[in-house]
Amino acid sequence: MQETFRKLRKKGKLGEKDVELALREVRLALLEADVNYKVVKEFVASLKDRAVGADVLQSLTPGQTVVKIVHEELIKLMGETQSKIAPPERGRSPGAIMLVGLQGSGKTTSAAKLAVYLKKNGSSPLLVAGDVYRPAAIEQLEILGEGAGIPVFSRGKIDPVKIAGQARREAEKKGHDYLLIDTAGRLHVDEVLMGELERIKANTDPQEILLVVDAMTGQDAVNVAGSFHERLGLTGIILTKLDGDTRGGAALSVRQVTGCPVKFAAFGEKIDAFEPFYPERMASRILGMGDVLSLIEKAQEVMDEEKSRELEKKLRSQTLSLDDFLEQLQQVKKMGPLENLLEMIPGFNAMGKGLKNLSVDERQIDRVAAIIKSMTREERQQPEIINSSRKRRISMGSGTSVQDINRLLKQFEQMKKLFKQFGALEKGKLRKQKSFFPFK
Amino acid sequence: MLEFLKKGLKKTRDALKNRLGDLFVRGEINEEFYEELEEILISADVGVETTLMINARLREEIKNNKVKELEAAKALLKELIIGMMGGEEDVALSVPVSRPAVYLLLGVNGVGKTTTIAKMAYNFSLEKKKVLLAAGDTFRAAAIEQLEHWSGVVGAEVIKHQTGGDPSAVIFDAVSAAVSREADILLCDTAGRLHTKKNLIEEVKKIYRVMGKVIPEAPHESLLVLDATTGQNGIAQAKLFQEAIPITGIVLTKLDGTARGGIVIAIKELTGIPVKMIGVGEKKEDLHPFNPADFADALLA
Repeated sequence: MQETFRKLRKKGKLGEKDVELALREVRLALLEADVNYKVVKEFVASLKDRAVGADVLQSLTPGQTVVKIVHEELIKLMGETQSKIAPPERGRSPGAIMLVGLQGSGKTTSAAKLAVYLKKNGSSPLLVAGDVYRPAAIEQLEILGEGAGIPVFSRGKIDPVKIAGQARREAEKKGHDYLLIDTAGRLHVDEVLMGELERIKANTDPQEILLVVDAMTGQDAVNVAGSFHERLGLTGIILTKLDGDTRGGAALSVRQVTGCPVKFAAFGEKIDAFEPFYPERMASRILGMGDVLSLIEKAQEVMDEEKSRELEKKLRSQTLSLDDFLEQLQQVKKMGPLENLLEMIPGFNAMGKGLKNLSVDERQIDRVAAIIKSMTREERQQPEIINSSRKRRISMGSGTSVQDINRLLKQFEQMKKLFKQFGALEKGKLRKQKSFFPFK
Repeated sequence: MLEFLKKGLKKTRDALKNRLGDLFVRGEINEEFYEELEEILISADVGVETTLMINARLREEIKNNKVKELEAAKALLKELIIGMMGGEEDVALSVPVSRPAVYLLLGVNGVGKTTTIAKMAYNFSLEKKKVLLAAGDTFRAAAIEQLEHWSGVVGAEVIKHQTGGDPSAVIFDAVSAAVSREADILLCDTAGRLHTKKNLIEEVKKIYRVMGKVIPEAPHESLLVLDATTGQNGIAQAKLFQEAIPITGIVLTKLDGTARGGIVIAIKELTGIPVKMIGVGEKKEDLHPFNPADFADALLA
């Protein structure tokens, strides 16, 4: 994926054929991420309409334009805003929330996590042990509830429809505002057990029915979600096991099939490894491009294309000045903490955590800026004229040492040399290096 | 909502069967045929790369055999998939010369390890084998209770410690107990763990080492339990578990739904790990030896 867009970036213009080529890669990436075949088909078709119609060359590189469009559309599909659990409606308190899904998707754990989340936000939930089929499921919920200080309503292995009804009355009596009903895992094609869920729904009038989906689910996610939605009318999705390395394309499939928002993401074994779902993060994850997308967006916001072009010209003609250097530094600073930026570069993440320790001192940038600002206009244009008396003056003015100034001048020289080498290379490569930093 | 869903929300395996059946009885072997085949395979979680490979191989076979009929093409395709899934290879679990046979089950969370152990225990009990169960999932709440429930149903004793205990200590005790009590079979349950959690994978290695201390050849099988609904992440699961310890086979569970588990083809191609058993339901009888021909039929039916 990243390779394709790199290829595109090298090209000056993006024709219709390029869009098609890029979209073929997008299609592959989405399929590899387990987005359903048909969902991918429709998505890519809609992308083509937009990409070909769009003004591809507007102030962005062609590759960035494609990335941007794909990403925007993905976010649109995932739901642009975060959706939460609404407070219980009037006359519907306690608000019942049913958790449903296949075996092993993580319903019981998610029920406990959701309860903890609601409690943290000032609610008083009651957990209901409605999985009467899997051995020890009731015990599991009881243990989790006890550990988190949340009451669990259980009546052993009787009809779960009855349990839910009784739990509702209990919650009313004890003043709980939410009723979290854990249900047994079941196949969407199991007529009898799907009927049971319909009866629990009828008996508790839930304000939310959340489908718990394993993020590692493949193509079948559409069948599962479609069936559950058709039978029960889902209101949202909980996506689990996101702490693994799955790309989680099932999220997109399920979202498309049901039209329901993904409301929560669960990402670990700890009871608080649970948070509201961020559609944008998920869109990036499914595309599999690290956070390169947010990098593009950020860079796009602050980098003035005109200035970059001027700079490129200067690089080619070897007339780079310290003013230009300062300009670049300030633009970089606008992009936020450097560490964050480094992490956004896909390669950096791939290299593992070890490299993240390579921290970049932001104060260093301020120091460099102070030095350059203490120079005269002449000195900035022609650093060669900076002799030792000028250095002393600059160091006084900027509150730095002469060594600091020497270091800066040396780095600047090295950089000019570096660009000279690039200039000797083919021009296509220079285009990539038009900023001092490799991620523009 | 998507157009295809309006049409196909009630799509069950039967409906799928009919549609796919159509593919092979009408029309001719043209590009449309290969495109539809691609859709079938990708929709079964075979994955893009493996799908393209199967398609390419089929093209060649069709060309080499000068096949014109769709029925013959289908037969070739089926043979191809059977071959990729091990053909006539024996999927029986390896049995040591002297008992006990020690089998270790591993997998990510929620794939059905404990249920699979119960079913295996049941099958062995039918063969009048003496079975012991090791409660190696000391992490998840009530995991030990879940195993104990099954031990009652199938009549196998459980070796356990407390929740929160060291799983390798339980496994060590269980292997020693299996030797001293002259059990035929020891089935070792473990906690669900994502393959990306380094410390938990280290724990697997330790469990594996500890077994070898009691019986040098143990475990005689290390089985990775894989949920048939799993998508492409199944490849990463197989690869990373195999990096930790030698995985000898896969148990493909939950094939009773609409998922077809096509990812095992890619896993077999990439890692060589064969599927040895399949789970098709929640009852104790619902575990069967893997049969490549049946699998190919279900995949393409």
